[in-house]
Amino acid sequence: MEPTDPELIKAVLDGDAASFEPLVRKYLPRVFGTARRYARRESEVEDIVQEVWLKSFQKLSTFRGDAPFEHWLMRLTVRTCYDFLRSHQRNRETNFTELTEPETDWLDRFVAAPDNAGDDAAGAKQLVQRLLEQLSPPARLVITLLELEDRSVKEIAQLTGWSVPLVKVRAFRARAEMRKLLAKITKEKYL
Amino acid sequence: MNLEQLNQKLLAAARRNVPDDRVPFAFEKRIMARLGSVPVPDGLALWAHGLWRAAIPCIAVVVLLGVSSLFVAPEIPAASPAAPASSELSQEFENTLLAAVDQPASSTEDQR
Repeated sequence: MEPTDPELIKAVLDGDAASFEPLVRKYLPRVFGTARRYARRESEVEDIVQEVWLKSFQKLSTFRGDAPFEHWLMRLTVRTCYDFLRSHQRNRETNFTELTEPETDWLDRFVAAPDNAGDDAAGAKQLVQRLLEQLSPPARLVITLLELEDRSVKEIAQLTGWSVPLVKVRAFRARAEMRKLLAKITKEKYL
Repeated sequence: MNLEQLNQKLLAAARRNVPDDRVPFAFEKRIMARLGSVPVPDGLALWAHGLWRAAIPCIAVVVLLGVSSLFVAPEIPAASPAAPASSELSQEFENTLLAAVDQPASSTEDQR
């Protein structure tokens, strides 16, 4: 029978570092999936994942065990991703006239007949990725958790460590930021 | 153009685009190797390290003060007018300090 998470954690805390490997193997896909939502380049994703595991190893003694290890790990992952977004706030001011061909095609199709522009098209995926990259770090985090991962405000508060009112305020601002960017696209492209 | 509809379409596109959760080959080995090279933080060692770091500037200050006390000796004039001055100062200090205690006594003498 395979040891459970609490047993593995206890072994690690007792000095058996090798017991950490089954935990890493078990939750690695989940951490990779989350990191890929916030970083595009694979090298950046790997850096985030490594940092998550280093932090989790160093802070394992702070895990109280009253909630599953996965929840604690996901909180750490989301916070590491947020730190990554904040430290990589490069020049987010890009020009939407530099849209790629699939993006332009999809937008043209949407303008001509909104219902015919499918949301599974490559152009739509590229465009939304570009939009998300333009958002400020808190806005991107909130939009990702709230709109893309369908999490509740309370869950987001637990994951990020923000208060519930702060999540609501940031969600409101994030939606406004998103609308502003969309208005900028349409203005640059069609006016 | 309906911006709200565009927003909804794009969010739906993002929702459909679920990120890949594949793990590079032997990535867990890489993490375990990194963990082995990371020193485990020891509270006592950190405290001792901090103390040693603080000791260096403290010793430097002590040495500087010692050297300055050797080379910058207090100037005491040979005719020693400083002695009465210092005794005057101490007297004034004592008077000021004991003013509140002295006052009622003198006032009661006046009344007599």
